[in-house]
Amino acid sequence: MGQQPLAILFLAPLTAISLSLGLRRVRIAEYATVAAAVIDLLISVPLLVRALSSTQILWRGYIRLDTLGAWVILCISVVYALSSIYAVGYMRLLNEEERLPLFYALFSGFAFTMLAACVTNNVGVFWIAIELTTLVSTFLVGFEREAESTEAAWKYIVVVSGGLTLALLGTILFYWGGSFVLGPTYSMTWATLRSSAPKVYPPLLLVSFLLVLVGYGTKAGLTPMHTWLPDAHSESPAPVSAMLSGALLNASMLGITRFLGVVSGASITRFAHSAVVGFGIFSFALAALFIVRQTGIKRLMAYSSVEHIGVQALGLGFGGPLGVAGALYHMLNHSLNKSLMFFGAGNAMRAYGTKEISGIRHVLKTFPVSGMLWLLGAVGIAGAPPFALFLSEFTILRAGIGGRFRWVVIVFIVFLIVVFIAFLAHFRSMYFGEEPEREASRLPEAIWRTLPMWLAFLPLLLLGLWWPHGLWDVFAKIYSGLLGGAQ
Amino acid sequence: MFLAHINSLQASIFSSLAIVSLLLTFVMLGSHWLRNYVYAFAAQSWLIAALSASVAYFSGYKELYAIAVLTALFRGLVLPWLLMRIVGRLNVRREIHTILQPSSSLVIGAFAVMFAFVIANHMNRQQEAAHVVVLALTIMLSMKFLGFLMLSVRDEAVSQILALLVLENGIFLGSQILVPGMPLLIEIVILFDLLIVVACFGMLVRFLVVHAGTTSSRSLNRLVG
Repeated sequence: MGQQPLAILFLAPLTAISLSLGLRRVRIAEYATVAAAVIDLLISVPLLVRALSSTQILWRGYIRLDTLGAWVILCISVVYALSSIYAVGYMRLLNEEERLPLFYALFSGFAFTMLAACVTNNVGVFWIAIELTTLVSTFLVGFEREAESTEAAWKYIVVVSGGLTLALLGTILFYWGGSFVLGPTYSMTWATLRSSAPKVYPPLLLVSFLLVLVGYGTKAGLTPMHTWLPDAHSESPAPVSAMLSGALLNASMLGITRFLGVVSGASITRFAHSAVVGFGIFSFALAALFIVRQTGIKRLMAYSSVEHIGVQALGLGFGGPLGVAGALYHMLNHSLNKSLMFFGAGNAMRAYGTKEISGIRHVLKTFPVSGMLWLLGAVGIAGAPPFALFLSEFTILRAGIGGRFRWVVIVFIVFLIVVFIAFLAHFRSMYFGEEPEREASRLPEAIWRTLPMWLAFLPLLLLGLWWPHGLWDVFAKIYSGLLGGAQ
Repeated sequence: MFLAHINSLQASIFSSLAIVSLLLTFVMLGSHWLRNYVYAFAAQSWLIAALSASVAYFSGYKELYAIAVLTALFRGLVLPWLLMRIVGRLNVRREIHTILQPSSSLVIGAFAVMFAFVIANHMNRQQEAAHVVVLALTIMLSMKFLGFLMLSVRDEAVSQILALLVLENGIFLGSQILVPGMPLLIEIVILFDLLIVVACFGMLVRFLVVHAGTTSSRSLNRLVG
């Protein structure tokens, strides 16, 4: 007992991969992927409950299931489930029938590597898992085999692999620093790094932390290392964009969060938090400016991802129970909301046959139901109540307002207003602008594409109106875990 | 701590292997010809293999022998061979430097090494064998800088793959000296590098198919803003 749910979590996508590749039948691949994703979602909740009662170290210490990891697993599973349902409806529109089994195998493989990153106890293995996510998703980004998507895939793999080598250097320097305290050979787990960090020579620890922050920050899309993100997110098929934005960024933020926990007892922790806040506010401000002048619909969503990763970094950087809770709540809400947004964008792109905002007009005429959901999602992602992102952003603001980052909070508020106006202005033109130049085409099998939008929208509304009390326990537990408390 | 007990002979063997590896990075930085990059990379990989073997001999970490063999085999033979095949097939023999001439990039590279030395000097507190430690850190950091410099001033896909490999070689080289006691991780990373490279090749081939001949990242300018 204890290992079974975890085993199922990984066996489900593995089974989907082998069915897709083994049988090479499109329908089987589709349904196997959806089934695996739903199983993962169903199992991630009991995993979280179990991790809440005690942290489990399994399989000779290589696997660690703690509350933070289980929370990120939940966020990833949500996106995996939603986007695999959406993929069934969306990928059939692409006329790539014979390559679809490969697509679904890569899709589940992508989810598998991200889930693996959440449960590794070894810091080096975590790096490998994150690097594996890059390799698998590169081929998903370039799946459409057009000049643009190949360009995006090339930039993605070069920029992200280059950035991740910095994280590897940082990881090795962390190990070296620890070897002065723990001896030349020790197992490099999160807990050992944390216990040795306060005794490591501070300049060495600082350089190690900054390298790791920049490295995983590249993967998370923090500015100025975000350059791959708008290209990759805008050129990949819509379900993959949702996975990249809603799930992958979370897995990378997990690394940053864990390393913030590692240095939390050391003398550099104040500076470490300032660095994270600095990256956060810079990402947020720059993304806001790009949102203002954006012309492509999916690039708009991609810059919105940079913006929300900035918000999460701000929450983690402000720190304290409120900051951490806000950042983690934001992680789930952003996963839900951004999936909804990419699904809507995918529908619009296919119906109007363009990626440009100026080509999409009168969305409600073409999509009466899913268009309304998309519009409400846009209101939510711009940070308006009663949707969940308002609640998490407000929590992060409260965390920062009284402390030493109060000036950052003021800048944050100003740019929140900028984002709100700019984002909704784009949507106003798409919904209520002048008559379209060309007619939108009707898309078949709408149910597969509308259902996941409902499934994303309803929890978003629910979580915005009501913050379940149990979540406080989860966040409080994660916060005490990061500070090295009893786990 | 193994570095605390090394004698001057061991120190000079490690230092000279490391310094020659750094020089080979400058060879890559200063050359016009794609073939020369690949030769320099192969030679660098062999030096790193020699370093692993000598650390294994002097320190008693026997696992490092296996790593030395794997390094020589994969990084020193298989990868250069694959790269050479690509270079041969591409009909691109030399890199056209539009952003920065090789001579100017050598000067910038020299400044990068000085900067790396300053940082490395601040990071080390250890008294014993301080010169070897600082040298290893300097080379780790400066190969990072040089790799990123190559990545930013070179356009050809093959050069970009090689720059990524230089980034990794730097880490690998430094970690052999600083932390010889973490073999498992390093071992996995070796195999992992290969995966990256294979993926890059896969991308590259498709890239060639789509663009019919151009492998220069300068023509990758559709996605901006």
